[in-house]
Amino acid sequence: MSETYIEETTEAALTVASRLGINRREFMQFCAATATTLGLPTGAEAAIAKAVEKARRPSVIWLHFQECTGCSESLLRAEHPTLEKLILDVISLDYHETLMAAAGHQAEAARKSAMKANKGKYILVVEGAIPVKDNGIYCKVGGHKAIDIVKECAADAAAVIAIGSCASWGGMPSTEPNPTGASSVGDVLGKPVVTIPGCPPNPYNFLATAVHFLTFGKLPDVDQLGRPKFAYGRIIHEHCERRAHFDAGRFAMEFGDEGHRKGYCLYKLGCKGPETYANCSTIGFGDAGENNWPVGCGHPCIGCTEKGVGFAKPIHQTAVLKGMMPPASYPRIVEEQGKASFAAAAALAAIAGAAAGGAAMLAKNLGKQDEAQPRQKGE
Amino acid sequence: MDRRNFFKASLAGGAALATGAASCPAQARSNKDMPPEAVGLLFDSILCVGCKACVAACKEANGMPPEFSTQEQYWDTPLDISGKTLNVIKAYRHGSLATKDSEENGYAFVKKSCMHCVDPSCVSACPVSAMQKDPKTGIVSYDKEACIGCRYCVAACPFGVPRFTYDKAIPQISKCQLCVHRHKDGKYAACAEVCPTGATLYGKVSVLREEAKRRLAMKPGEKAEFPRGHLRAAQEKQLQGAPEGKGEMRRKGWKDESGQAYPNVAGKYLDHLYGEKEFGGTQMLMLSGVPFEKLGYPDLPPQSDAALSETLQHSLYGGLIAPIAVLGALTFIARRNVRPEDEEGGQNG
Amino acid sequence: MANHTHAPAPLGGNLFTPFTLLLGMLSVIAGVILVYRFFYGLGAVANINDGFPFGIWIAYDVVVGSAFACGGYAMALLVYIFNRGEYHPLVRPALLASLFGYTLAGASVIFDLGRWWNVWHIFWPGYAQVNSVMFEVAVCITAYIVVMWIEFSPVFLEKLGMKDVKQKLNKLLFFIIALGVLLPSMHQSSLGSLLVIFGQQIHPLWQSGAMLPLIYLMTAILLGFAVVIFEATLSSTGFGRPLETKVLTPLSKIMVGLLAAYVAVRILDLVFRGAFGTAFSGTLEAGMFWLEMAAFVVPLVLLAPAAARRSASKLFVSAVMLMVGGMLLRINGFLVGYETGAGWHYFPSLAELMVTVGLIAFEILAYIVIIRKFPVLPAAQPVTR
Repeated sequence: MSETYIEETTEAALTVASRLGINRREFMQFCAATATTLGLPTGAEAAIAKAVEKARRPSVIWLHFQECTGCSESLLRAEHPTLEKLILDVISLDYHETLMAAAGHQAEAARKSAMKANKGKYILVVEGAIPVKDNGIYCKVGGHKAIDIVKECAADAAAVIAIGSCASWGGMPSTEPNPTGASSVGDVLGKPVVTIPGCPPNPYNFLATAVHFLTFGKLPDVDQLGRPKFAYGRIIHEHCERRAHFDAGRFAMEFGDEGHRKGYCLYKLGCKGPETYANCSTIGFGDAGENNWPVGCGHPCIGCTEKGVGFAKPIHQTAVLKGMMPPASYPRIVEEQGKASFAAAAALAAIAGAAAGGAAMLAKNLGKQDEAQPRQKGE
Repeated sequence: MDRRNFFKASLAGGAALATGAASCPAQARSNKDMPPEAVGLLFDSILCVGCKACVAACKEANGMPPEFSTQEQYWDTPLDISGKTLNVIKAYRHGSLATKDSEENGYAFVKKSCMHCVDPSCVSACPVSAMQKDPKTGIVSYDKEACIGCRYCVAACPFGVPRFTYDKAIPQISKCQLCVHRHKDGKYAACAEVCPTGATLYGKVSVLREEAKRRLAMKPGEKAEFPRGHLRAAQEKQLQGAPEGKGEMRRKGWKDESGQAYPNVAGKYLDHLYGEKEFGGTQMLMLSGVPFEKLGYPDLPPQSDAALSETLQHSLYGGLIAPIAVLGALTFIARRNVRPEDEEGGQNG
Repeated sequence: MANHTHAPAPLGGNLFTPFTLLLGMLSVIAGVILVYRFFYGLGAVANINDGFPFGIWIAYDVVVGSAFACGGYAMALLVYIFNRGEYHPLVRPALLASLFGYTLAGASVIFDLGRWWNVWHIFWPGYAQVNSVMFEVAVCITAYIVVMWIEFSPVFLEKLGMKDVKQKLNKLLFFIIALGVLLPSMHQSSLGSLLVIFGQQIHPLWQSGAMLPLIYLMTAILLGFAVVIFEATLSSTGFGRPLETKVLTPLSKIMVGLLAAYVAVRILDLVFRGAFGTAFSGTLEAGMFWLEMAAFVVPLVLLAPAAARRSASKLFVSAVMLMVGGMLLRINGFLVGYETGAGWHYFPSLAELMVTVGLIAFEILAYIVIIRKFPVLPAAQPVTR
């Protein structure tokens, strides 16, 4: 099936590929990778390819508030294929303070015109938390308070995506005692938005969400915290490459010890993998190859995607295990142990039978003698 | 003659039995007492996350081989303690497994290893003193050089702890000895040392009992500090933390324990400290949210089996008084009844 | 009662019959299995495990085996202690069976010991642990085996013509006999005491606590009588000799009296401990209990009428049933009623079973050889009356 789809799309794919400066094979690989990240069935890459080829690039308005731009930076470093080209071509990034050439009033004008031109159709991406304390005076862009800008932009957006932990749930700026009242986009808008938490979030999770919108015209399924289920549906611990060590009880006890060097589980060093929902353990991070994510490098997960864990709990504090149902391999309280052999049971039955038979025969013969005796007496 | 002898025999036998019975109260023994310096473990099922670090550490510390229960023999997967495994974490499962430490639709983890009874059956049962209870630490240890391999200890233990290597031509008993071989290096039980959550604590039983009582007094959900590793009494901690000698202690292998406590919330404990009274007391104490019988720990009476067995044995054989008395009576009777050359064939009518 | 002339004499006859050859073969098979066991460990041949550390090699070979070998003890008790000389003809054959039974029970302990080369520790002051029931059992059984060999030595001394030694020994025989009564009383009761320390691991139907020594001692003596009847009947029919019913009938009267006492003790113990209810629970244990009780109660009913005790067949059937009952009491106590924790299973392996069968075969074979070559059985006489 998928083969046919790819054949059908070959012409168009070539066009897009040339436009993106990559070859057709790389383009199809990107589509397939995205489909996999989204957890879509085989064949979906064709649909993704089609959607991307159409070049009906949605307008994207990208706002920055209380943040470090790490989310944008990590997005720019996604490399298969050269994603910065792709995102700039797949989407029409009409407003992004750190990437756009325009500045000052010109930039603000670009935002206004994009909002007007794509009213009800554009995607609003928010990076960073929004301060609400003291009427939100702690963050202003172009003289406008963050809280006002986000409300203004969200009003006519087709979809709102909060990228990074700051926008998703307050992140680092909201850490106790939270002097600016840093809040999430969802809290400020008073409605649930799609969130891509992480510090920074994995670029592919954002990209896959955007491509999903492009392909299917809607955002992917999300959990109760607005996180796309394809990326945040499971605990890091569940698919961790070090999980086997956890199950076998092999732990790094301190940094640099034998267990640490051997790649044992980092739970005892405070790894928050067991209480953090994210797909880091399955897709890695930063395109530098296998094992390139914090736990893979030997540092415990700090739970950056998880509200109440990242920036809230001390890094080396023991994690609370979520959903720690005992694996099937764990011994039960009662295990059936010991052998019983059928041959032995049969042999024992045979012996018992023979003995009983012999005894019965003998008793019968003795009985005859008993009967004979009184008769003898009588005679 | 016959009748007279019969009565004589009966009387002698009765007298001998009476001697035995009379010595009974004097010989009766109650449960033994816990040595004041006894050490042990406190296992808290609610804190246990089932990581099995203690199982792996135990194997390493005691040089035990891996044991496989799965088709793929990737790593150690013992089903129970055995000749190759001294310590195991077992999982209680019920229904949907929704809640940890819940009896209904929940799950829980439990440690299985030697309980180090105050009055151990294995020590009482062993005919050759291969099982010994240390008079100071109370650790129940095993000497394979003394052992004859009769496995009476295996059969006698109510917890099924001493295990035997049936697959060896030169077999032996395997049981937890609280890593007594590591004590000279200043180390303690490996299971407690590696436990990431402090679910298994090592320490003096008196200190562990206090800690257990502290946990039982907590309200569920209450925030509290939970110690890990080796739990010491308050005055011992001061000594340990003193600047002088600390370096020396470190060179000896002691780790600074002060940073081992961590914040957590109290769970919903059953008001039952297992091992406090059971079987005359054990040096491994346990706390749980699920009834212990569901976790494979039998509901045992406060009297140890060793007490009854030894009372009975000493009543009958104490000082060999009764056997010698009976032997005397039997000799007296036999002497009258046995004729040289056994010619008594037709003596009686 | 007429006097019997019962000077023992060798039976003579051919040693090589199909039956003895079969016994020899079974013994050899057991020997081969045991060689294998010593090289590859207990687990290589036996199904014993940590849930059932004692298998049939202990429960049957030692506990039941030694109880079956109580004929000598029971007869010595009767003849020399209660001065019932009329049973004297039964003493020697019973003693021989006991000798073999005990010697093999003792030997089979070695097969079952994991670290058998240390067995001397039991008798060594630095190791011996007097609180252990196992210690008492081991020492008593060993001592009794020695005592029995001394008791039986006149038979060999007769054959070897060492009259001097025999006469000297005879002067001390009363003491040896007293020991030969004391020692089995001690260890047969202690075989029951072995279960005391198992505590609640033993099903309440068999965990009689302080009553265990009495229960095991009573059944050991009962089994002694039963085995004497069984052996006398078998050797009479097997070797074509006249039946000894005349001697067995009064013996059975004593046996029935003891049996009634035992059944009463057993049931009263269950009732007083409040364990009798578990006999109606429909479990395997309850079923085995009723089987065991039936094996004791049926002979009691069967032999109650005086006339029945004159019937060789009823005597034989009762003896067999009592042996089954005594065996069940011990098997039930040590195996069926034993549970160290849920989930453990045990059933002897074929190899394990063959060792036990081989031991029994060897015992019978040795018995046949001895009575054919040595003066054990009373010299053959015409059937009187």
